[in-house]
Order: sequence, then structure tokens, then C-alpha cells
Amino acid sequence: MDIFLGLLQVVLREGMIYGIMAMGVYITYKVLNFADLSVDGSFPLGACTAAALITAGVDPWIACFVCFAAGCIAGSVTGMLHVKLHISDLMSGILVQTALYSVNMVVTSKKAVLSIFNMPTIFSTGLGGMMYNSALDQWAWVIMALIITIVVKILLDLYLKTRSGLLLRAVGSNERFVVSQGKDPGNMKIIGLMIGNGLVALSGCVLAQQKESADASSGTGMVVMALAAVIIGEAVFGRTKKLRGTTMAVTGMIIYRCCLTAAMQLGLDTIYLKALMSGLFIIALVGSRLKNERSARNVIRAAERK
Amino acid sequence: MSSEQQSANEMMVTFEHVNKIFNPGSVNEVTLFNDFNLKLRKGNFISVVGSNGSGKTTMLNLLCGSLPIDSGKITVDGEDITRLKEFERAGFIGRVYQDPSAGTCPELTIMENLALADNKGGSFLLQRGINRQRRDYYRTLLEQLHMGLEDKLGIQVKSLSGGQRQALALLIATMTPLKLLILDEHTAALDPKSAETVMELTQQVVEEKNVTTLMVTHNLKFAADYGNRLFMMHRGNVVFDVMDEAKRSISIKDLTARFDEISIEDGN
Repeated sequence: MDIFLGLLQVVLREGMIYGIMAMGVYITYKVLNFADLSVDGSFPLGACTAAALITAGVDPWIACFVCFAAGCIAGSVTGMLHVKLHISDLMSGILVQTALYSVNMVVTSKKAVLSIFNMPTIFSTGLGGMMYNSALDQWAWVIMALIITIVVKILLDLYLKTRSGLLLRAVGSNERFVVSQGKDPGNMKIIGLMIGNGLVALSGCVLAQQKESADASSGTGMVVMALAAVIIGEAVFGRTKKLRGTTMAVTGMIIYRCCLTAAMQLGLDTIYLKALMSGLFIIALVGSRLKNERSARNVIRAAERK
Repeated sequence: MSSEQQSANEMMVTFEHVNKIFNPGSVNEVTLFNDFNLKLRKGNFISVVGSNGSGKTTMLNLLCGSLPIDSGKITVDGEDITRLKEFERAGFIGRVYQDPSAGTCPELTIMENLALADNKGGSFLLQRGINRQRRDYYRTLLEQLHMGLEDKLGIQVKSLSGGQRQALALLIATMTPLKLLILDEHTAALDPKSAETVMELTQQVVEEKNVTTLMVTHNLKFAADYGNRLFMMHRGNVVFDVMDEAKRSISIKDLTARFDEISIEDGN
């Protein structure tokens, strides 16, 4: 039972922290219809920036904001490459992802892993520390992750209801419509990529603070993981129209982490982890396509019956 | 004021010595417009007909800024717009496309689509996206369509029929004050009944807003029935141009005969 609770703790905690990233990718992939691969670089960017700042004695909450801003800058570069220099979306992402590897090395002063063991983080000081020192113990991390994820989710949902948010959704839905409204869709794309990558970096920042270390190579496979979460979330909850895309992305990520943890517990060697991540993504992609085809067939059948 | 200036003031659109060559320097080089000139008077409803490849849609694309011109000048309401980008021109030009899904956002609700169009020209920052107080206004707008859409404000536009979407697109394109309305074969993808409905609606909107309208169509009946000026395009030139009295007396038969002449020239 204790083992089970321990695993549940890990799944929920990591699911929600990575869930922030899933929401970021939801913005770029679902709302903006842009397959953004710079995520693999902006996730460790957030982690490394957080570790470097905390090592330098910066307040861990301020570090969160700086990391978000750093992610925004990375996203804006991807956006500029695509919008201003007309480089394809995939290529812009790959270019930024690759360049960010060097940036991350500069941030960590050429260290592959930057440890912030026993330094103040949002989990060890303030509210987090208070909860950790109470009877909650490690559940305090889950609650902290939950609080941050929910705050981000609410802010994001509120943003999507503003005029700017509405326009962002319109860009993903029909670019020509946005042009007809006298607005430049390129600028909105850059804003969307900034928000998306900002959230991804924030996710990396929170994870680094929880694990008390940042790994410059932790970005590999993040895009695959986040995309899979978004697709799984939609496949599982897509029918119930009540759930928002942001909620679906986070729950998708929790389900995804659950599958990974289960596989590890069943004795899968960690070297197969990335292969498993790709495998799950393929299943999610094919599954959601089959599901869409089936529902499309049902619509046609229903129409024929009329 | 000289008479020349006066006549310039009466013009909504002018094309002056416009040239457009596609694929220049390649074997596929096509000179579509060679010193093309056109004047459209303010307040007119102009129908444009012509066979495929005659340059009708390209003319609209040049006017709206979807395509750049090689040389020459285009003005709208006396202002040189040649250097303006497409989204900048959209501030005073409304356009309804042939494709019913082009003029609306399929993933957004009717309410959200209308709210976006309602804010055209305004700022798009962190204000609330949908103004609840405008709801009644949107309802009255939709009631004019007689399609029952006023009760479906919350549904996604992609679940509407082509005719409904095109009617909505027309509403959206004309929601804010316009100098020019462009109808780009906007009934071509609709069934005959929906096409009639959308065309009647178009007439109603154009009269109400008193906006200069340029309609490209393959439907010779619509071209003959609607508007006060009609011209036919052929190989990048205006080959037949009638207005007011002459326009009223024209029949579909005459138009078809004209069309056949051109087609024979083209070897069709």
C-alpha cells in the first residue's frame, strides 16, 4: 500500500509539473496549429536558468518569473524565424532547439548537471517548506505542484477569453479570417509561441526546483511527451465538451506519466524509456485518428438515416 | 476644382497602368495584366463576369493585396494603397470568398466570430473577448438572415451548412463601416436555393450600407439581375462594359452570346 501511495505521489506530482508544459504545447499545437519543436530546448532552458539563479541567491519565486520570460524569448525567436524569415514551423523549432543547447551550457557555466541541493526552492521555503515540515511530508510537493498548475491553468483560461486570446484561437482556426479583420496573423503567432515556450520553461523550472538539480540534456523527448499528453487528453475527454483544453492537457499528462511509471514498475529498463515514450505517442496518434474516423462515419450514417 | 479632380473624387477604386506577370523569366511566363486601367465609381454595385483565366480573381487579389502588382498604382477612395499590406487594406475592404469556410472561424462559436468582427479596427489586448451587452445586437443581426441562427450563438461555426456560413461571412465582412465590399464568386459553392438566398441577402446588405460593391460571378443570371454596372473580362482586359440604362436592358441571352464569342476566340 505504501508503495502504491508512493507511486501515486510521483505520478501526480510529475504529471502536474509536466502538465504545465503540456498546457504550453496545447497553446502552440492545438490552439495555434503549430508543431513547435523548440520545446526540447526551452524545457531545459527553464531548468538550467532556475538552478543558476537559485545558486546565485535569487528568490525561487522570482526565478519562476525569470524562467517564464526566458522561455518567452526562446519562443519569440522560433516565431520570428517562421514569420519574418519564412522558415517552416518544424525547421524553426529545430533550429532554436539546437541553439538552445549552447545557451543552456552558458547558463549552467558548462556543467551538464547543476545541483541546487539544500538550497532554497519554492518547495523548501515559504508555503512549500511549511507544508513539507508538517504532517504532509512529501505530499506537500504534490500540493505545491497542484497549486502552481491550477493557477497557471486559470490564468491561461482567462487569457483565452480575452480579445487577444480570441484572436489567437482565430489564427489557429483560419488565418485568412484574421487578415480579413485587419490584423497581422504573424504577430499573433509570435505571441502564442512566446506563451507556449514560457510555460514549457516554467515547467522545467518547477521540476528542477523539486528535484533540486537541473540537467542540460533533460529536454530530449519533451516534445513527444507533451504532444502525446495533449492528444491523449483529447482522446479520453474529447467527447465531454465540459472540459477545457488546458484541463485535458494536464490530465492527459497524468495518464501518460501513469503509463510510464507502470512500465518502469513492471521491470522495464530505463534505457527503453524514450522508446516507450515514442511508442505511447504513436499509439495516441493512431488511436485518436481511428476515433475521429469512426465518429466521422457515425455522422455520415446518422445523416443517411435522416 | 478642375473637372479631372472632381471625377477623381467620385471614384472609389482606380487601377492605373497596372502590370502583372506570373512566373517571370520561366517557360511558364504569363502576362495577365499589361497596362490595365479601371475606374469604379463610388456607390456602384459592379458585376464582373469572364471565363476561367480571364483575370477576374487576380484583379481582386491585386486589389485586396493578396498578390503584389509588378508596377502601376491602385487607389481606393483617392488614397494610394499600392504599398499597403493585405491586412492593412482589410481595414476598409470587406471580402467574402468562394469557399464558405474562408470567411469564418470554424472552431469558434458564432458569438465569438461576431465578437471578433465587431472589434475590427479596435485594439485586441486583454479586454474581455465577448461583450455580453452586445448579445442582443448580434441576435438582431442574425434574425435578418431568417436562418434561425439567433438561437445558436453558442455553437461552433463548423457545424453550420455552407449557405448559413456564407450568410454569416457576409454579415461579418460588413459589420464595421467599409469603403468597398468584394464578393469573390461567393455563391459558387452553394446549392441553387442557398445561392438565391445569399444573393438576396447581399442585395439587402449593400442597399442598407450603401457600400461600393465589386462582385465576381460565374452566374450570368445574378450578373444580369443585380447591380448597376457589368463588365466582362478577357485575357486581362475589360472587353464589354455596360452601366445603368444599358445594364438594365441586358439579358442573359446577350451575355451568353458575348461569352460564346470569347470562348471561340480561345478555342474552347
